[in-house]
Amino acid sequence: MALDPETRDQLIAAIRRFVAERLRPLEAQVAEDDAVPEAIVAEMRDMGLFGLSIDPAYGGLGLSMEEECLVAVELGRTSPAFRSVFGTNVGIGSQGLAMFGTEEQKARFLPRIASGELVTSFALTEPEAGSDSAAVQTRASRDGDAYVLNGSKRYITNADKAGLFTVMARTDPARPGAKGVSAFLVPSDSPGLSVGRPEQKMGQHGAHVCDVVFEDVRVPVENRIGAEGEGFKVAMQVLDRGRLHISAVCVGVAERLIEDCCRYALERRQFGKPIAEFQLVQGMIADSRTETMAARAMVMETARLRDADAPTTLEAAATKYFASEMVGRVADRAVQIFGGAGYIADYGIERLYRDVRLFRIYEGSSQIQQLIIARETLKDFA
Amino acid sequence: MKVLVPVKRVIDYNVKVRVKPDQSGVDLANVKMSMNPFDEIAVEEAVRLKEKGAAEEIVVVSIGPSQAQETIRTALAMGADRGILIQSDVDVEPLAVAKLLKAVVGEESPGMVLMGKQAIDGDNNAVGQMLAALLDWPQATFASKVELSGDKASVTREVDGGLQTLAVALPAVVTTDLRLNEPRYASLPNIMKAKKKPIDMKSTGDYGVDVAPRLKVLKVTEPAKRQAGVKVADAAELVSKLKNEAGVI
Ligand SMILES: Cc1cc2nc3c(=O)[nH]c(=O)nc-3n(C[C@H](O)[C@H](O)[C@H](O)COP(=O)(O)OP(=O)(O)OC[C@H]3O[C@@H](n4cnc5c(N)ncnc54)[C@H](O)[C@@H]3O)c2cc1C
Repeated sequence: MALDPETRDQLIAAIRRFVAERLRPLEAQVAEDDAVPEAIVAEMRDMGLFGLSIDPAYGGLGLSMEEECLVAVELGRTSPAFRSVFGTNVGIGSQGLAMFGTEEQKARFLPRIASGELVTSFALTEPEAGSDSAAVQTRASRDGDAYVLNGSKRYITNADKAGLFTVMARTDPARPGAKGVSAFLVPSDSPGLSVGRPEQKMGQHGAHVCDVVFEDVRVPVENRIGAEGEGFKVAMQVLDRGRLHISAVCVGVAERLIEDCCRYALERRQFGKPIAEFQLVQGMIADSRTETMAARAMVMETARLRDADAPTTLEAAATKYFASEMVGRVADRAVQIFGGAGYIADYGIERLYRDVRLFRIYEGSSQIQQLIIARETLKDFA
Repeated sequence: MKVLVPVKRVIDYNVKVRVKPDQSGVDLANVKMSMNPFDEIAVEEAVRLKEKGAAEEIVVVSIGPSQAQETIRTALAMGADRGILIQSDVDVEPLAVAKLLKAVVGEESPGMVLMGKQAIDGDNNAVGQMLAALLDWPQATFASKVELSGDKASVTREVDGGLQTLAVALPAVVTTDLRLNEPRYASLPNIMKAKKKPIDMKSTGDYGVDVAPRLKVLKVTEPAKRQAGVKVADAAELVSKLKNEAGVI
């Protein structure tokens, strides 16, 4: 249900203020400690951020996609690691359950996901199944009223904090591709499930990814999401949605970088005047602003389409492709506008430059988005 | 006990204020407006009193344009129960505000009026004191701590020499200082629920208060630009400069 404009504005204003006053001052500390302080996580829970997308019937806010994207833009105005704290609960970690789960499954898990008591992760990628995600090898063999999971997942966001995983595993070894895959809700305390050490990453310090290993993990049949063989479809629908959210975050980071660039360019003087007066610098600001506006328009238009229940596979892929590449260019120009300072840690620009690099890789790399865009486009003319 | 909290919509404290070219006032066109920070502290304190069981109902009242409803909604999202907006499109001076609030107090009979010590736009620091005088109630201004026991409030005030603690009989007017508390962020579910809380729409005429200005603004100008500073080599040079050049010590 869409909010009235006044309530929506208040919601956005509250988040903008929280980001500006509580999160931005901690950016350097979070990067240094590779951890978001527990007190901040508690504030995020109190604010209701873990439940942005979840149906109010289960204690969430039930935001529309457009509203969620507006919120994601605001959250983009600070280190993306903060958003990751609750990002999986809002998106990839909860949506398989929210979109395809039974009433019973939803009632069991969604209230604690919405409150942030339970952190969720989405476990699709494997050492041998990255872009080719339909190639998952993790096995789920039926044994009475349970499935037994064996295999390993790689680069799983929030795995070290998760209480619940949405796991894509192969139930039918005779079918090698997408059709043989099913989705499962696997509590992290299931015997046989272990989580590796957080990986050392290029950026987004404070957000963790780990391996998740399954050794004879018994998962009751009632924890399967959807029918057998529907797991890949679940995963793709979840990602369709997630791509929009990520794109909105890209827009937020780009807007933040433009703000930083303008402030710096107006203050930094060379050749007797602020560098903002040099047209070559202005050109970079203009390009960044224009591309950010274009990405924002794509995000909002696609979000509205989604809210109207229209198919958005092509649109979401195109938006993610453009927005993630766009923020990469904006961050690159930001380093350039800051000059030497752009390369020095104290200014925070090089940190954002590293942070945004991820957006072109996960939830489908740019090349995978191109494949989807081309496939969907060619379909119309075949 | 019922607590009445007046809140004002003012220019946001982060905004760089610009003076209108004709020097008649500050430019408010397309400028972000928010709740006066001291009023936010008052709302927070009232909500804490309610959470402790010391207050039953929190009524917020604002005097201003129709957009001041947003300010009231913010207070409702923080935990106030209902709002009253006394609509006025002209700037209402402190005395008229105090008279309007007196009329609201007459209708609502609160046990306490908890309000900001001043609004950051006019910086008058006048309404609380005027209201107490008009009501003939005790006043405790610049509160940094408020404790209730029975029909008395113990209010700690920050004064130049340190801390002063007053006991005032209720009902009373208490005005808040910066260090009283740190206002909470309204949670997103509460922002959504605030929409369902009632706001009573009134006009200044409903209270029979004459809001015609009694003060005349001659001109508004920017403060003088600050001069660049100088670096001193050591503390001795600093002291000498303060003594001999600035003449302040
Ligand atoms: C920080 C981080 C967090 C992550 N979080 C999660 C998570 O929570 N859950 C999860 O399941 N996964 C997660 N991932 C995994 C992520 O989705 C994958 O890394 C991504 O899909 C790419 O897969 P890959 O790393 O195996 O790269 P590869 O698939 O090996 O790709 C390598 C390169 O080849 C290109 N390529 C591959 N196939 C083609 C093709 N057909 N045509 C053209 N080019 C191609 C790619 O675009 C890329 O440039 C995360 C990854 C990172 C780094």
